[in-house]
Amino acid sequence: MTAPRPSRILIYGTLGLFALYYLMPLFVMVTNSLKPLAEITGGNMVALPQEWTLAPWLSAWSTAQIGVDPSGLRPYFWNSIKMVVPAVAISTLLGALNGYVLTKWRFRYDTLLFGLMLFSCFIPFQIVLIPMARLLGLTGLAGTTGGLALVHIVYGVGFTTLYYRNYYSAFPTELVRAAQIDGAGFWQIFWRVMLPSSGPITVVSVIWQFTNIWNDFLFGASFGDIDSQPMTVALNNLVQSSTGVKEYNVHFAGAIMAALPTMLVYVVAGRYFVRGLMAGSVKG
Amino acid sequence: MAFLEIRGVTKSFGATDVLHRVDLEVEDGDFLVLVGPSGCGKTTLLNMVAGLEQVSSGEIAIKERVMNDVHPSQRNIAMVFQSYALYPNMTVAQNITFGLEMHKVPKPERDKRMREVAELLQIGQLLDRRPSQLSGGQRQRVAMGRALVRKPDVFLFDEPLSNLDAKLRVTMRTEIKKLHQRLGATIFYVTHDQVEAMTLSTKIAVMDGGYVQQFGTPKQIYDHPANVFVATFMGSPAMNLLPVTVTDGHAVLADGQRLRLANAPAGAERKALLGLRPEHFAAPDDAAEGLPRLKGKVSVIEPAGSDTYAVAMIGDCECTARLRADAQVQPGADFEFACEMAKASLFDPDSGKRIE
Repeated sequence: MTAPRPSRILIYGTLGLFALYYLMPLFVMVTNSLKPLAEITGGNMVALPQEWTLAPWLSAWSTAQIGVDPSGLRPYFWNSIKMVVPAVAISTLLGALNGYVLTKWRFRYDTLLFGLMLFSCFIPFQIVLIPMARLLGLTGLAGTTGGLALVHIVYGVGFTTLYYRNYYSAFPTELVRAAQIDGAGFWQIFWRVMLPSSGPITVVSVIWQFTNIWNDFLFGASFGDIDSQPMTVALNNLVQSSTGVKEYNVHFAGAIMAALPTMLVYVVAGRYFVRGLMAGSVKG
Repeated sequence: MAFLEIRGVTKSFGATDVLHRVDLEVEDGDFLVLVGPSGCGKTTLLNMVAGLEQVSSGEIAIKERVMNDVHPSQRNIAMVFQSYALYPNMTVAQNITFGLEMHKVPKPERDKRMREVAELLQIGQLLDRRPSQLSGGQRQRVAMGRALVRKPDVFLFDEPLSNLDAKLRVTMRTEIKKLHQRLGATIFYVTHDQVEAMTLSTKIAVMDGGYVQQFGTPKQIYDHPANVFVATFMGSPAMNLLPVTVTDGHAVLADGQRLRLANAPAGAERKALLGLRPEHFAAPDDAAEGLPRLKGKVSVIEPAGSDTYAVAMIGDCECTARLRADAQVQPGADFEFACEMAKASLFDPDSGKRIE
C-alpha cells in the first residue's frame, strides 16, 4: 500500500472535524438522556454517564408532567401521528392531481391559476392565523386533530402542486394520448400511468410535507386543543414547566423522541430525495 | 362510400389556419401515407382522425360513421407514436393488454390475443421486460403489438420509424409492409420521408402549407406530379426543372438547344419549366435510338456504387443525371445526354401547376 497523499489527509481530516462538530449536540442529548439527573446538575454535561439508565426515557414517554396532566408525551405523539399521516397523504395526492391537470389537461388561464397557487408558498404562517381560526370555528373543526390536518393540507397543497407540476411537465404527453386511445379515462390515466411513474417526486413531497407538518409548532399551539395538541407543543409544555425541579435528562429524552420520526423518514427515503429533486432538471 | 372519409376538414388555431379543406378517401385495406415537410399539417390531420384534436370544420367518417364528436377510445382505431409511448411502469405484456383491459375484454381472451400478437411480431421472449430494458427496434415492435392486439378498423402511424437508425429503419419498413400485406389492414401513416411514402403506400397524399398538394397512387404522384412542389419533394435526387420556352411543339432552352416534346400543349408560345428526373437522362450509348440529345458541361461526378450521378450545366440550369455505374463521363468535359421526353413534365413557371 502506498502512503495516502497529504491532500487526502487534509480532506478527510476536515470532513471528520465537521462531522464531529455536527454530531456533538446529538452526543450531548443522547448521553444526558441516559444519566440520572444528579449527574447533570452535579457536573459535566459532556461526560459519559457513570450510571446508565432508561428512566428518563420512560418518564418522558409516559409519566412526565405535561401541562396539568402527568401523562408523558405518549398521547401527544399519537396526536401528531393522527394529524401527520392523513395530512401528508392527502396533500401529496392533491398535489399530484393538480400537477396532472395543470400539465396534461390544460385549460384557459391554467398558468395564472398555477401562479396563484405558487403564491401560497410565500404566505407567512402568522398572516393566516386569524382567518383560519375563524374558519375552523365556523366549520366546527376548532381544536380537533382533523382541523389541524386540514390547516396543514391547505398550506401544503401549494408546495406539492409545485413539485408535481414541474415533474409532470417533463412527462411525455404522448403517453397520456396513448392511454386515451387505449380507452383509459381521466382517473385511470392518473392511477395507472401517471402515479406509478412518480416515485421520486412522491418521495420528495412526502419528506417535505412530513418534516414541515411534524415540526410545526405555531399551528399546533394556536389551533390544538388539550386532546389534539401535537408533539411539538407538548415538548414545549414539558420543557417550559415552571413548577418543580427541571429534569434535564427527561427533557433531552423528550426532545429526541420528538425528532425521531423525521429522522426515520430521512433515513428510509433519503436516498431518493436528491434523485427526486434533480428529476426533470437533467435529461436522463 | 369509402372506408375512411375526410370531407372538407379544416383546422385553425385562433386566426391561423393550419389545414385548408382537406378531402381524402381511403378504401378498406389501403395504405395511405401522408407525406410532407415538417409543419405541413400532416400530424395535425392524423391527430384529428385519432380524435386527439378537435376538427374546426368538415367531417371525418370511418365506416360511414361520423367521428367528429366520438371519443378516441370509441373510434376503434389504434395508434403507433413516434416516441412509441410505452407505459414505463408496465411490462411489455401489460403494455400490450392495457387497451383490452380498458375495453373490458376478459382476461383469458386478452392473454390469447396477446400471445397471437407476440408470435406474429416475435416478441414472445420480451413479455416480462419493461420498456427501459428494450432496444429501439424492440420498442417499435411492442408499440405495433399494442396497436395490433386491438384489431382496430384503422391503424394510425405517426412517423414510427424516425427514431431508428438508418439500417433498422429499412428493416422495419419492410416488416410494416409485410404486416400490411398479411393482415390487409387499413393504415393511415404519417412521415416526412418520401422513400417511406413511395415504398409503403398504396395511396399518397403529399402535403405542404396546410394543403393537400396531390392525392393519388405512388405511380401517379411520381410520374405525373401535379405541381412543382410535388415534383421536387418526391424522388431523390430531386427532379430537374429547366426553364424553357415552349413553341411549335418544341421546348427551347436558355442556350437555344431544342427538344421535341412528346405531348406538347396546344396554344401560343409560352414560358414553362421542363421537369426531367435524373433517371430520364442516359448516356447516348445506353439510350434507345432516336432519343433527343442535350449538351451539357459536367461539373461533378458522384459514383454511388449501383449508379453514377453526374451534375452538369445544361442551358443555364444545374441538372443531376443518373447514369450507369460504368458510364464514361469526366468532370469538366462536355457530354451529350439522351433524354426520355415521353416521361417529361411541364409546369407553369408562375403558378407551379402542371401543364397537360
